Amino acid sequence: MFYRHVGSMKTSYAQELQLFPVAQERWAFLALLVIGGVVLPRMADSYWLGSILLPFLILSLAAIGANVLTGYAGQISLGSGGFMAVGAYAAVNLVIRVPALPFPVTFLLAGVVAGAVCALFGLLSLRIRGLYVVVATLMAQFLIEWICTHVPWLYLNNASGIVGAPPLSLFGIPMTSVAARYEIAFIFTVLLALLARNLVRSPEGRGWLAVRDKETAAVLTGISVPRAKITAFAVCGFFCGVAGALWSFLYLGNVDVEAFTMHRSFQILFMVIIGGLGSIAGSFLGACFIVLLPVAITNLATLLGGTIRPDMVANLELMIFGGLIIGFLILEPRGLASLAMRARERLRRWPFKY
Amino acid sequence: MKFVQGGLAALCLFVSAGSGYAQTAEQFMPVSIYRTGPYAAGGVGIYGAYADYLEMLNQRDGGINGVKLTYQECETAYQPDRMIECYERQKGMGATGAAAFTPSGTGGVYALIDRMTTDKIPSVTVGYGRTDSSDGRVFPYIFPAVANYWSENTATIRWIAEQEGGFEALKGKKIANVVMDFAAGRETEPVLATQAEKYGFEFTTFPIAPPGLDQRAVWLQVRQARPDWVLFRGWGAATAAGLKEAQRAGIPRDKIIGWWWSGSEEDVVPAGDAAKGFITGSFHTVGGNYPVYDDIRAHVYAKGKGHVSEERIGSAYFVRGIVHAVVVTEGMRTAMKKFGNRPLTGDEVRWGLEHLTLSTDRLRELGLEGLMAEIAITCEDHEGGGRAIMQQWDGEKWTTISDWIEPDAEIVRPLIEQSAAAYAAEKGIAPRDCASEG
Repeated sequence: MFYRHVGSMKTSYAQELQLFPVAQERWAFLALLVIGGVVLPRMADSYWLGSILLPFLILSLAAIGANVLTGYAGQISLGSGGFMAVGAYAAVNLVIRVPALPFPVTFLLAGVVAGAVCALFGLLSLRIRGLYVVVATLMAQFLIEWICTHVPWLYLNNASGIVGAPPLSLFGIPMTSVAARYEIAFIFTVLLALLARNLVRSPEGRGWLAVRDKETAAVLTGISVPRAKITAFAVCGFFCGVAGALWSFLYLGNVDVEAFTMHRSFQILFMVIIGGLGSIAGSFLGACFIVLLPVAITNLATLLGGTIRPDMVANLELMIFGGLIIGFLILEPRGLASLAMRARERLRRWPFKY
Repeated sequence: MKFVQGGLAALCLFVSAGSGYAQTAEQFMPVSIYRTGPYAAGGVGIYGAYADYLEMLNQRDGGINGVKLTYQECETAYQPDRMIECYERQKGMGATGAAAFTPSGTGGVYALIDRMTTDKIPSVTVGYGRTDSSDGRVFPYIFPAVANYWSENTATIRWIAEQEGGFEALKGKKIANVVMDFAAGRETEPVLATQAEKYGFEFTTFPIAPPGLDQRAVWLQVRQARPDWVLFRGWGAATAAGLKEAQRAGIPRDKIIGWWWSGSEEDVVPAGDAAKGFITGSFHTVGGNYPVYDDIRAHVYAKGKGHVSEERIGSAYFVRGIVHAVVVTEGMRTAMKKFGNRPLTGDEVRWGLEHLTLSTDRLRELGLEGLMAEIAITCEDHEGGGRAIMQQWDGEKWTTISDWIEPDAEIVRPLIEQSAAAYAAEKGIAPRDCASEG
């Protein structure tokens, strides 16, 4: 009854084009920004900020990147972990070799490097399609991992192959506390998510959708397929690269290729699929599902602690988590985002049935 | 969509609030374990035994000097990000916070170095972890105790020299260094290079791509190089696969020396006959019957409180867990001498670990004489010994074939200090002055 388009009159094109057309959604978004950016860093304890919300935000960013490529442009990617690694290694090399740069610039440059590498692999998608692109991105994953462990220049000649990430500071102010690290991740994620939201509505984004739905039709409507594919790869690489840099600097505190293995690529792909292909909000929901649920299950099981054997708890997590994934995919194959959209439609019609 | 997101977050908040640990005058000990994932066999063995030892202290002595130990498992699945989550969840539990962590996996240690240094909680890892953190001046809270890979490697070369009849006899010998192609596998190359220069032997590295299930090409190359000795740093299923290929290529297994992550029963049994004669270095003995095992059987397993299956007592992974537990709990006992018999903070445990000496007499009292070598950890040296022992697989069990072998500190220590100094420069850490501390 209250939640609807009707009554929110638009008087200019700018209003027509705005990101959140429904007033309530706009407010909810602003409220979310205030809660996430101002309230949580002051209220939540370091466990929640540092080890739950921080990885959730960073992986959401990577999932957005993968969603652009997989959900919007239709190129399934198993290389997200590798592209994150490119960003992480680019960032650590830039920070140590060019210390004059402020770190936000470094992270964005790291994203650009990752975007360039990703676009390079995107060239392959011009000649091959469908599942073969998956294999090409898988190749990228392995190749990047190999290069990161075999070019000593990249890991600064450390015997262990793992580089410590130098502590961050901006204008001489150290940014190492949990709240500061969270804020950095929050600002990056929000800004880049808004960028993505706008990108997918731009002519470029419509090109991605057209290519995803039918390449031949896209060509006939005057869309350059190579351009659409390469830009999608580049944007995916950029987002994953920034996420990789954030992951290494804000979360792990070191640059280690083990953090960006194929396991990570699968994790991000699952976030995209479970969250909802072709939805920016879905990327957040997917990341939430994958990051938070195992923790919630273990914590719940620990609550019942003593009654369940510890080895049972460890495996229970896998069983429940796996079961939920299967359940979700059967009941809602189009992802959590579609579930949320349906709830939204219901709400708009409420109290009527249709 | 925001409803769902908010709902999940609220659920998690609720759950986390409920799991807060009761505040008592007991010492909280986190147990970071990996019961799931590809390395579960090792995880259950090591950290299950760790918990067994703590339980045994509780049941037999009522804890350490009367301070009862409460412990809680946290599943890490051998992943650094899960390790961080476990660490953040458990670090503040108990009256004084967690005494010490034994992070699962080298990746886990790396991810926790900054956090543990800030929170002043020590990390104890035996036989893995960051090698150059043996320099306690740069890494005050990180203890790669007992022995690291570089010490092991120099001890192995010393043992080879003994077999050949002295270090002079190494001149002109060929050593093949077959390694898993990941960081820990390649880590000994600089040490080998230094030793090769010093003693005049040649070495060639043969990398195996992880997970190393197909190694035929590599072992044919090794065969062509006709090495006198082969150093083999296999991991997981790669050890058995490599031994089988070595047999096929006709390389005598009693000239192949593995590192300790090739030295468990689980590593060699799948290779069957091919593993017979295979030698590995280790920082503990396997099998046997030490008094400590009797205590664990009597006080833990007889009461149905064990964390692993009883027949694994004395097996390689189990022993490693016991060594972890002994280092941590004896470090705490040392700290209690200074700070009194009460639950300790992480920083107090750090002090205890830095003054920990386990002499043969003390090891005998603990029922561990012969199980591990003497150690003495100091502020500067967080390794505290680095002695290794050689064991050989006879097709049924591991037999110890050497005495405790000294590492070559002259080679290892400068490399550690050099590497730690580079880390300090990267991170902007000023190394502390150990002489000025008590």
